[in-house]
Parts: sequence; structure tokens; C-alpha cells
Amino acid sequence: MNLKRNAIVSLMGVALALAAGAACAKQTVKIVFIGPLTGGVSANGIGGRNSADLAVRLRNEDAKAKYSYDLVSLDDECKPNIAVQVATKAAADNSIIAGVTHYCSVTAIATVDTYHKFGLPVVVWGAVLPSITYANKFAEIHRVNGTMINQNEVAAKFMSGMKYKKWVVIHDTTDYGKGHNQYFSEYLKKNGGQIAGTFGVTADQQDFTTELTRAKELKPDVIYFGGLTPLGVRIRSQMEKLGINAVFQGTSGIKSDAFIEGLGKQLAEGSLSFIEGAPWEKLPGGLFFAGKYALQKYNEAPEAYGPFAFAAANLIMDAIEKVGPNRKKVTEELGKTKDRDSIIGKITFDDHGQNIVALITKYVAQDGKWVVWEDSEYGSGKRKLKGQ
Amino acid sequence: MTLGLLSQYVFNGLMLGMIYAMVAVGFTLFFGVLDVIKFSHGDVLMVGAFTGLATYLGLQAAGADSPLAQLLVMTLVATLSMALLGALIAKYLVLPLRLAPPLNTLLITLMLGSVLREVVRLFYPQGSNPKPYPRLLPADFVSFGSFTLRADSMILLLAGLAAIVAVHLLITRTKLGLAIRAVAQDAETARIMGINFEFIVLLTFAIGSGMAALGGLMNGLYYNEVNFGMGLLLGVIGFSAAVIGGLGNIYGAILGGFLFSALQSVGAVTLPALFPGTSTAYKDVFAFAVVIVFMAWRPTGLIAEKKSERV
Repeated sequence: MNLKRNAIVSLMGVALALAAGAACAKQTVKIVFIGPLTGGVSANGIGGRNSADLAVRLRNEDAKAKYSYDLVSLDDECKPNIAVQVATKAAADNSIIAGVTHYCSVTAIATVDTYHKFGLPVVVWGAVLPSITYANKFAEIHRVNGTMINQNEVAAKFMSGMKYKKWVVIHDTTDYGKGHNQYFSEYLKKNGGQIAGTFGVTADQQDFTTELTRAKELKPDVIYFGGLTPLGVRIRSQMEKLGINAVFQGTSGIKSDAFIEGLGKQLAEGSLSFIEGAPWEKLPGGLFFAGKYALQKYNEAPEAYGPFAFAAANLIMDAIEKVGPNRKKVTEELGKTKDRDSIIGKITFDDHGQNIVALITKYVAQDGKWVVWEDSEYGSGKRKLKGQ
Repeated sequence: MTLGLLSQYVFNGLMLGMIYAMVAVGFTLFFGVLDVIKFSHGDVLMVGAFTGLATYLGLQAAGADSPLAQLLVMTLVATLSMALLGALIAKYLVLPLRLAPPLNTLLITLMLGSVLREVVRLFYPQGSNPKPYPRLLPADFVSFGSFTLRADSMILLLAGLAAIVAVHLLITRTKLGLAIRAVAQDAETARIMGINFEFIVLLTFAIGSGMAALGGLMNGLYYNEVNFGMGLLLGVIGFSAAVIGGLGNIYGAILGGFLFSALQSVGAVTLPALFPGTSTAYKDVFAFAVVIVFMAWRPTGLIAEKKSERV
């Protein structure tokens, strides 16, 4: 009786050992996700975290993968000081091989030195400030999403293609607004547009009637605004007061529901904005991504930049699969990324680690909603922008 | 520059000046009766504008949709509730500190301003976003060349003027006004003459804050947008305007308000013309710099308060 039981127990033991052995055959590799998981923009951060997590789970289900992956997620709160702390924590941990990092530009730019110093390869998944990749030539820093340079290049080309000739530029005098002014002006000149006047305004200004009266005198076809929603609302609203009949062209900074809510449907109608990325329906692998995302039953939506976090995590895991869990080798391998297919389209890094095949989507405000230009009644020719 | 364009600049300046003057009148009233500077004044204006907005939304929800009735109720609710708020501030924050150094009143009202701002930001639904303000006035306009004269702006300008004239008449022509002037001149003697000092102070704060609420409504109706931070700069500008005019003098405050808006307009137009490449963002720098120079030249303001320092 006892013998029999012992035999069964030992048999079970052998079976368990075998099963465990199979599971342990793969070495576990850690990668880190950093984004704003609390605070005002946490919806974007959590969407990114879930998307990166999805990439890791799919890879772990894949029997062909050489390693088993573990995603460590850290919260940068969209604050530069916190970001440096968590970046240091991740970079100092040698078991972490690479990172999918940052949604906010302020945190991404604050941490580039940390990653460089510790030699941790990272792929930025959401921050748009050009300097993150372009201010230095750090081999460790890569970015899958576009920058405001790409955004303005597309905007300038698109708007001059609409046969508009004369612009007035209003921008806030922060780095963000000045950057937009610089890149838009540059690309507009290349496309043959004329800038009749440029006005730098403070980021908390209330009254724009003087600037706009001056602008009115210049008779522009389009008023370009480089800045964020609150100012955009005021400028668009005061344009109306002064009877300025020009198209209002904004940047990614006004692509928010608050812009339309702040102006009301009628005044917002026909405003334009350009943003890096695209809604998932428009992405090459959007359907695949959305389907897999839904299967995992996350409580939160992936948000606009989720697919970029997914692509960044995949890029990193591909590199680890190829060269093994070694930071130096992974950095090198990431730098060689060229024409790589991903759910956000082809990815090619330039010598600064910036993805040059950036995806930019054009939006127009129509009936109180931001609608992708190609799907809008403006795009189909049913409605016309001013001066068309 | 064409005549039409010039008229447009002048009209913009007048509109802005009117709002500044309404804020400045409040500062000057408070300083007149109590010799205090109430730095939460700009934020009271903001709360007034938001009270008006909330009233409008309430009316809308209740199904009352005649613009004229909405406007009247909004104005009434906003003005009265801010008058009450002003009186409460005076009773519980300013009067108890009457014998303390003036710095304390200044600090306490400065802090109150931050509290009001944050309260609106945190507790008004989506308070950190700019809010659309209803368009309740007729939007008809006539164009003379490059000058667009809108009916709504004209109405607001006249309404502001009417409010200032009303306060002026109240102070110069009524018995209540006489009492306010008496307290302003010499509080102790006024008390001996049987004037209820506390009542007059509270009333003055109520009038000044009611004016701020009107200014807030005007601001909202003119720009069709309000936000929780709008009172901050308006407060500083209104205070500067009151100081340029001569604190304690109503005419001075009005003059100061228009002067400040004129300085801003001149700065915004001439700076980029004189120094190519300067952004119009420097208009405030220009206006405040002129105020500094002006204060060095006439420390008592344009119209100095006619009184000798009590000893």
C-alpha cells in the first residue's frame, strides 16, 4: 500500500520536474516600460503600458522565441525629476536589457543623458520634441514615432498643395511654440508659401486683438498657430470678432476635445491639425493590434500612441532574439533597423535613431469632432475650407 | 496705416481699457475706504465670470432660453453673489486685520486669490480647460473698410460705461456715497458723526466686487471664453492702472485703465515695426516698463488723493 503510494508520488514528482524543466529551458529577459501611469496624461501612459505588455505576452506565447520576457513598468508621472529617478533605477539594474520609454517630451529629454551614461538602449514611443533624438548623437536613444519636424513638413506640403499662398504665423514663445514656428516656416518656404507676418505671444496671453488686427491688415489665406489648446481657442474666437476670414491651421497641440468644446461646434468647424501617429483603424497593422488588444481584456484603451509602444517593444525583443540579452549588442542591432515592417508601417532609423518613415495624420474639425481629413466631407470635396 | 485700421486699434483699445478700468475702480474703492490693497480682486472677477456661466448652464438646463432673460439673470446672480463674496472677504479677512501691518492684508488676499483660482480649477467640471462663454448678444456688424464694428462689442462698451457712471453717481450724489467719502477721508471722524463704519466698509467692498463680476461677465461675453487663470493678469493690470491714476481716485482709475490698454496697443504695434524681429509678446514688458518710469516721475499717480498724511 505504502509502496504503491510512494511510487505514485515519485512518478508525479518526475512528471512535475519534467514540466518545470521544459518551462525553465528559456532564459528570462527583463525589459522596462516607462511612461506616465499617474497624473493628467496617465490615460496615454497606461494605454502605452498595456500595449507594450501585449507585445510581451504575444512573444511569450510564441514557441519559437528563444527567451521568455518580463516587462517591468515604471511611472515617470510626466515630471522630469521623477523621470530621471526611475530611469536611473532601471538603467542601474543590469538585469534590464532595454526600455520602451516616455510619452512626455519633458521626461524624454531629461533622461537621454541617463540612458547614455548607463548604456541602456531605449526606444521612445510617444514624445515628439526633435531634440530628444537630434540634440545629441547617442547610440542608445531611438524613437519610433515622428517629431514636430515631420508634422510640419507634412502640414506645409499639404497646405501649399491646397493652393493657399499667404500665411500669418502666431506661436507661443515656449520651446514648443518656437519649434513649431521654426520648422513650419522652413518647410513652407521650401514649398513656395509666403509668410507675411510672425507673432510670438506669451503662453498665458488673453487678448490677441492687436496681433490679429495687424494680421488682418496682411490679408492672409491661413493663420497658422503653433501652441496649445487654451491659446488656440482664444485666437480662433478673436479672429471671428475681428472679422478675419482665414483658415485656422493648428498643430498637434490643439488636437483635443477641449479645443472643440472651448469654441463650440460652429467656430471650430474647418480648423486643421496635424499629429504624429494615427487612429488604429488607419494603421497598417491596426486591425491585428486592436484584435489582440481586445482579447487581453485590459480595462483601458490603448490611446493614440499605444501602437507605437507595441511596435517599440517588438523592435527591442526582435533585437534581443537576434543578438542575445546584451545591452551593447542590442544597441548596435537597434541602430541597424531599416525598412522593418511593424504595425505602424515601415520603421527605419537614421543615424540619430529617429524613425524617418514617420506617420502623420491630418485632421479637420467637422460637426464638433476631429475627423481624419481623408474621411471628412472636406476631403471628399463635399464641404470646402475657406478660400477654396 | 488706413483710417479703418486705426479705428480698429482704437476700438480694441477702448474695449480692453474699459475692462481694466472696471477692475481698477474696485482697487481704488478699497484703498479709498480702508487703505488696503486687496490682491484677490482679479480672482473675484474670474469667480464672477464662472458664476455667470454656471447660471447660464442652469437656465439652459431648466429650459429658459430667451437670451435677454438669460443675460439679465446671469448678470444679477453673478453681481449679487460676488458683492456678497466681497463683503464676506471684507468682514472676515480684511477688517479683523485692520490694525495689523498692511503687509498682512496684502498677503492674506494674495493667498485668497490662489485659493479661489485653485477651487475653480479643481472643482468646476473640467476646470483647467478653457470654457466657452455663451454668445447672448446680437452678432450683427458693420464694416468700414478694415474696421469691423460689432453690435455686441458696442453694447458691452456702453454697458461698462454705464456701470462706471452709476458707481460715480452713487458716490458723488447720494447720501450713501457721502458716507463712503466721509469714511475714506477720516474713518474716526465719520464714526463720531454717526456713520456705521463697518456697514460702509462692507458696502464698498460689495460694490467693488460687484463691479469685478460685471467686468468678468464683459470679459466672457467679449472673448467668448473664460478660464480659471484669467483673473491673475487682469488683477495685476487693474492694480497698476489704479496706481497710475492715483490710488483712491475713481477718475484716476478710469484714466489709468485706458492708459494701460493704450500702452499695450502702442507697444504691440510699434515694437515689431521699430525693432524687426521682436515678438509682440513684449507689449506687456513695454507697458509695465512705462508704468515703472511713470511711477518714478509721479509717485502719487496722475490724480493724487487730496489729503494730508494723518499723524
